[in-house]
Amino acid sequence: MIEIEINGKIVSAEQGSMIIEVADQHDVRIPRFCYHKKLSVAANCRMCLVEVDGVRKPLPACATPITQGMKVFTRSKLALDAQRAVMEFLLINHPLDCPVCDQGGECELQDVSMGYGRDISKYNLGKRAVKDHDIGPLIETEMTRCIHCTRCVRFGKEVAGLHELGVMNRGEHLEISTLVARTVTSELSGNMIDICPVGALTSKPYRFTARAWELSQRPTIAAHDAVGSHIYAHVIHNEVKRVVPKDVEAINETWISDRDRFSYEGLYHSDRVLHPKIKRNNKWENVDWQSALEFAAEKLQAIKPDAIGTLASPSATNEEFYLLQKLMRTLGSPHIDHRLQEQDFSDQADFPLYPLMNVTLDELSQADVIMLVGSQINKEQPIVAHRIRKATLNSGQVLVVNPIDYKFNFKVARKEIATHGDIFKSLEKMLKSDLVKKAKQGIILLGAQALHHPEAANIRALAASTPMKLGFLTSGANSAGAWLMGAVPHRLPGGVETSGKNIQQMLNDHMKAYVLLGVEPEYDVQDSGKAYNALKQAECVIAINSFQTHAMLEYADVILPVTPHAEMSGTMINGQGIAQKFSAVTEPQGESRPAWKVLRVLANLLELKGFDYQTLEDVQKEVAQNCHPALVAGSGKMLNLNRTPQQVRGDSFVQLPKLVRIAGLPIYAQDALVRRAESLQKTSDGIFTGVRINANEAARLGLKAEQVRVTQNDVTLTMPLVIDDTIPDGVVYLPSGLRETAGLGAAYQVIQLEQVNHA
Amino acid sequence: MDMNTTFNLTHNMRTDIDVWVAKFPAEQKSSATIAALSIVQKEQGWLSDAMMNAVADYLEMPKSAVYEVATFYSMFNLKPTGKYRIDVCTNVSCMLCGCDKIVEQLENRLGINLGETTQDQRFTLKEVECLAACGGAPAMQIAGHYYEHLTPEKVDIIISEWEKKA
Repeated sequence: MIEIEINGKIVSAEQGSMIIEVADQHDVRIPRFCYHKKLSVAANCRMCLVEVDGVRKPLPACATPITQGMKVFTRSKLALDAQRAVMEFLLINHPLDCPVCDQGGECELQDVSMGYGRDISKYNLGKRAVKDHDIGPLIETEMTRCIHCTRCVRFGKEVAGLHELGVMNRGEHLEISTLVARTVTSELSGNMIDICPVGALTSKPYRFTARAWELSQRPTIAAHDAVGSHIYAHVIHNEVKRVVPKDVEAINETWISDRDRFSYEGLYHSDRVLHPKIKRNNKWENVDWQSALEFAAEKLQAIKPDAIGTLASPSATNEEFYLLQKLMRTLGSPHIDHRLQEQDFSDQADFPLYPLMNVTLDELSQADVIMLVGSQINKEQPIVAHRIRKATLNSGQVLVVNPIDYKFNFKVARKEIATHGDIFKSLEKMLKSDLVKKAKQGIILLGAQALHHPEAANIRALAASTPMKLGFLTSGANSAGAWLMGAVPHRLPGGVETSGKNIQQMLNDHMKAYVLLGVEPEYDVQDSGKAYNALKQAECVIAINSFQTHAMLEYADVILPVTPHAEMSGTMINGQGIAQKFSAVTEPQGESRPAWKVLRVLANLLELKGFDYQTLEDVQKEVAQNCHPALVAGSGKMLNLNRTPQQVRGDSFVQLPKLVRIAGLPIYAQDALVRRAESLQKTSDGIFTGVRINANEAARLGLKAEQVRVTQNDVTLTMPLVIDDTIPDGVVYLPSGLRETAGLGAAYQVIQLEQVNHA
Repeated sequence: MDMNTTFNLTHNMRTDIDVWVAKFPAEQKSSATIAALSIVQKEQGWLSDAMMNAVADYLEMPKSAVYEVATFYSMFNLKPTGKYRIDVCTNVSCMLCGCDKIVEQLENRLGINLGETTQDQRFTLKEVECLAACGGAPAMQIAGHYYEHLTPEKVDIIISEWEKKA
C-alpha cells in the first residue's frame, strides 16, 4: 500500500492501481467514457484527464499508475479546462437531439456534458452521419451517436470472447461495425447495451417504450439457470419494461446473460393464463378461484392418492417445492419429482443433500484444470462459461468431454468427442490425461449431457474416482432447492429418507392423475412423447402453470394460473449453494396468484392439516426449521461412493444404439418463460434449422440435405436435414424443448431418419 | 458481397504468407495480417470479404480483426480498382500547400470523384493520408510513383502521360 493525495485528501491504495481506480474507491468522481472497471484500459476518450503535481500536461486518470506521494487534482483549472476541451471535441460529431434518443435521461455523455462541459460549442460545420447495421434482434444500433470509446469492442474481445464488433476504418471515417453484415451472437451480448455510454447501442425490444426517469427499479433474481444472477427489473404501470444487471461481484459481477435480460418479454405472451379455467364436458371455461380449486380438490379426492404423480419445474422456489411436496405427501401421494430430464436414478441414494457446482465462481475463475463433461456450458449457464473463460485467461486449462463438438468462447486444451454418445468411454480416455494428475485446484463439472445420460450414474461414479473435485451443473434455477425441499421421491425435506416413484416410473406406470407445477411436459420432460401420452391417458391432470400450451388444453382438466418469478416472492438456491430471497417486482397479472397461496388454499380445501400459513414468512419459517441450507451444509462431496466406477459399469452397462439421438434443451428453450420471449427466439440460437448428422452417416443412410422423416418410438415428424461435419459418427443431433421436436422420444435412444421422396 | 462466396488461398499465397508467419512467435500468427493481406491483394488487385475471411481462417484469427486492419490502411483496396491507382494526399502539409486544387483538377480531368474509378477502368482516384512527402507537398502517387510539388497544370501533364501508357 502506498499513499497519494487526491484533491488534498491523503488516501492509501494498492501499488499499481490507476488514479481512476483509487478515486472511485474514495468517491472522487472523475468523468470517463472509455474506462470500464471490467475491461482493459484503452485511454482513447481522454475524458478523465486530471492534473498531477509536477507534470505540465494533464494525464489520463485511467492509464496513469499511482506513485508514492503523488498529488492529484481532479478539479483544478488545468484539469477542468482539459475536460471541457475534450467534451467539446466529443460533441463535434455527436447529435444534440437528446429528446429523440432512447438513451436520453440515462446517458453518460449527457450527464458528463452537464457536469464537465461547456454550454456552447465553437463548432458550426456539418456533422458526420454513420450508416446503421442490423446486428441482430436484441441490440439496436444508431452509430451516428457513437463516440468510439470501444467499450463494446473490448467487451466482445475480452469478456464475451467473440471478436464480432470491430473498429473499422480510421480517422473521421472510423466506425464500430461488423463490416460484413452479420449478427452479434454472444450469449452475453446485451451487456454491450449497458456499457455503451451513449445511445449508439440500445435494447431493441425496449427501445422507445418508456423513459428512464419514469421507471422504478426493483431488485430480483434471474430464474433461468443455477447462477442466480442479480437483476433489476425496470417497471412502469405494473409492467416489466426491461431488465438490467445488479452488481454482485461473487455471482454475476456486473454482467447478465441475454436470457436473463430479455426473457421478461415472455411475461406478456398471449399464452399467459390470466383466469383459473376448468374443463367441463370437454369444454374449457373460465371460472373464479374458489370454483377452480374446489373442482381440482374434488378431482384429486376421487383418485387413490397412490395413483397420483407430481412433476415440478426445477426452477420453482423453495417455498413452492416445500408446500407442493407437503401437500402431496400429506394427501398420501409420495410420487414427486423435479428431475424432468434425468434418465438414470440408480445412484440417487448416493447424492448429497443437494447437488451443487461445489466450487464458488471465484474459485472457478482461479482453477488450474477444469474438465467439462457433457456440457455446452455457454448455452446452459452463460455466466459460468464466462468464469471458465476467465480461468483460461488466467492460464487455466480446460478439458472437454462431449457428445457433440460444441463451440466454446474459451480455449480448450484437450477434447474428447464421444461417438455414439458414449460419454463414459470418452471420459475414461480423458482421465488418463497428464493434466488430470497435475491438477492442484482441478474441478470436474458434469453438465446436462452427462447428468441426463441413461448412464449418468456410471459417469458420475467415474468422475468421482479422481482426485479432482466434482461438481454438477444442474438444470433450472433451483435444482438444489428441489432436492433440499424434498421434491424428489426418495427424500423428505432436509434429506430424510423415504420412497416414491421417480419421473420415469410415474410416466411408465401411467398414473391416474398428474399434478404439474410450472412444467410443460411435452417440452420440459426428457421423453416428451411418453410424457404427452401418459398425461393424455390420465383421468385427471391439474396444471399449476403460468402459461398454457395446445397440448395442455388437450390433457389438462384444470389450469390454476400462477405467477412467474417476476410477480412473486420466494427463495432459490444457486449452484454455489447460496440461498437467495427475492421479492415480486410487479403485481400478479389478471387473476393469477403466487403458487404458494394456491397450494395453501388447495390444501385447506382438501382438509389437510398444517396449512394455516398467513404469509410467505410463515412458510419460510417452517422451511428453515426443517431444512435450512446452513443447518444441513454437506461434506462438500457430491457423491458418497463406496463402489469403484469399473465395477459400476460392469454392473449396469447401458447399451447405446448404433444411431443415437443427442438432444438437450437449447439456450432459449430452457423453460416456459424463455420459450415465449420473442426477441430471443429470433436470434440464431432461437431458430431451429433442422436435424443434424454428418456426411458419413447421411451417405450410409442414403439421405440428402432436404426434408427427412424423423422417427422415435411411434412418433414421426418431418423436418429439414442439415449435413454438419462437426457431428460425430453414430449421432443424430436434434434438440428437444421445441415445437418442432415435441412428441419425440428421449436423448441417447434410438432414432430413425428417412428421406422424404417427392413424387 | 455475397456472404456465401468462398475464396481459397492459392498454394503460392500460402507459401508467401508462411514466410511471414515464421518470423513471429507461434502464438502470434496474427502479426502476419498486413503481410498476408498484401500478398493476396498483389495477386487479386483488391480484397473482397471472402479473401479477408480466407486470411482470417488461415491465420486463425477473428474475421473482424482482419477487417479492422484492412479498413485501417489506405493501401488496401476493398473494392476493385482501375488499372492505375492515384493516391492523392490531403493531410496537413499538402492541404496548406493547396491540395484542394489538385484534387479538383484530378476530379475534373478524370471525370470522377474521390473514391471512384473511371468508366474505362483505367484510373481509381483515392484520397490518402500522409504519403511521407511533406517536403514536396502537395504530393500524390500513381501506381507507386511519387509526384511532388504539384500544380493543376503539372497534374494535367502527368495524367496525359499515364493515359498514353494505358
